[in-house]
Amino acid sequence: MGLLKHCGILKMDLKRVDDLYRDKVILDHCRNPRNADYLDNSDIHCDAINLFCGDEVHIQINVDDFRKITNVGYQSEGCAINQAAGSLISEYIKDLDLSQVRNFISEFSKMLEDKSALDFDEELMPKLGDLTVLHRVKEFPIRIKCVLLSMTALETGLDKVK
Amino acid sequence: MLNVENIRKDFPILAREIHGKPLVYMDNAATTQKPIQVIDSLVDYYSNYNSNVHRGVHLLSMEATEQFELAREKIANFINSKNPESIIWTRNSSESLNLVAYMWGRANIKSGDEILVTAMEHHSNLIPWQELAKEKGAFLKIIPIDKNGCLDLLAYRELITPKTKLVSVVHVSNAIGTINPVKEMIQIAHQVGAKFLLDGAQSAPHMPIDVQELDCDFLVFSGHKMMGPTGIGVLFVKKDILDHLDPLYTGGEMVLEVTYETATWAPIPMKFEAGTPNIADAIALGAAVDYLSQIGMDEIHEYEKLITAYTLDKFSVLEEKGIILFGPHDPLLRGAIFSFYTPDVHPHDLGTIMDHMGIALRTGHHCAMPLVKSLGVPATARASLYVYNTFSEVDTFIDGTIEALRYFKNGS
Repeated sequence: MGLLKHCGILKMDLKRVDDLYRDKVILDHCRNPRNADYLDNSDIHCDAINLFCGDEVHIQINVDDFRKITNVGYQSEGCAINQAAGSLISEYIKDLDLSQVRNFISEFSKMLEDKSALDFDEELMPKLGDLTVLHRVKEFPIRIKCVLLSMTALETGLDKVK
Repeated sequence: MLNVENIRKDFPILAREIHGKPLVYMDNAATTQKPIQVIDSLVDYYSNYNSNVHRGVHLLSMEATEQFELAREKIANFINSKNPESIIWTRNSSESLNLVAYMWGRANIKSGDEILVTAMEHHSNLIPWQELAKEKGAFLKIIPIDKNGCLDLLAYRELITPKTKLVSVVHVSNAIGTINPVKEMIQIAHQVGAKFLLDGAQSAPHMPIDVQELDCDFLVFSGHKMMGPTGIGVLFVKKDILDHLDPLYTGGEMVLEVTYETATWAPIPMKFEAGTPNIADAIALGAAVDYLSQIGMDEIHEYEKLITAYTLDKFSVLEEKGIILFGPHDPLLRGAIFSFYTPDVHPHDLGTIMDHMGIALRTGHHCAMPLVKSLGVPATARASLYVYNTFSEVDTFIDGTIEALRYFKNGS
């Protein structure tokens, strides 16, 4: 043992990280982020930077006269979780109105931060669609903030709207 | 060569498993693990002679005072300071730096004066001087680094002028590992009459430091990065400077005579240590210094040079795969801190995968945001080693990184 215990070919048992990084939906959104085009004539700019890790999220939103979201642009710099989460969220908020987005931000953030359960609220799950896959990040508490950065961006953007 | 396996036995935490794998702790630039001797020293103080210092006439207080001041002497010997009074206890390097900025800086920096730092400073050796310069109308100038991550000494010679009052330089970069040629830099600073502050946070734990030989005016370092507890740090100030400094904090412990109207200060160093000090952690830092000295700082430095050379050699495999390693590639010009960027995998994702292999790395900008930005990457992953890291752990780390890259490449 001792020195020897680290030697030899590494047999990585990465089943737990597979839950996060091998999820088909997460992988798909990470590789092919949706709504990636920057919206030049956006009504609302949502930007957030996590200064601790350097990750950035930028979301542009167009709304109609009834404050319903008609178009979303989403760009991010950062880790796979940040990118996949932002892409999923950009899809989800399309067609919602701004008050629905506000509700979504608070409910979804609460579910992510709730330490009592590893899953999301079952009643809300059907509404969330593909977004439910993000519950997997709860097994990696340190990475929850990677998902929350998009929420922070949305919140900052919406706060600017009167 | 020193016996790493024996050293490892002194660190209870190194027997831990992380996600079912043996812990490979490579986040030593953030904080180091503690040997049982340091842990025992804390338990001994609280179990056997816990008491306040410098005041009680009872036996416990006398024992505590004796051990507390003995620890100060140990620190003085560790950096070869002539006077134990030159050692001021602080919380950490950051507080030490701020104390210099407030006590010496506010009294000595005037409008139009210049302060020099390098492009590779930790935020803690940048922001206090930004604030001081703003307040006094002084200029903060940055000594640039070259493409290898080494300091541009020619630029330093050009930047330094008779208006330069302070040069404050990191000895070993926490972000890219560069060892700066501080002895030469100190001589150059003194030629124009500038004071020199040496940030030893990443050097004091890893190599011998001799403040008389270096002739630095200030030296700062943190206990927890050298096997000591958190919450205790050191500020060394040359005695002739210290004699003329006014304290920042006032109150208990630091006074000689007090009336309702005024007070006189206790002699150095006590006049800089208001309030009950961090007695337990100071004593335990003394135990850490004993532990390091017993191994020998020369031996530690030699071992780290070897493991640095070995790691650099192994990194060439990673570099062939497109990984970028920052900092000089000459093992004599750098400490065992390896900051790298994997273009295909974000450092945070790499960090999570490595964690599940039991390997503790740091990811981010390492409190050196301007430097990491200038490297043109959003963040880096960093492996930082200490004397208890083995060559086979380096293999584990390199293989783990390759495995993590493969994991992301093949993901489907």
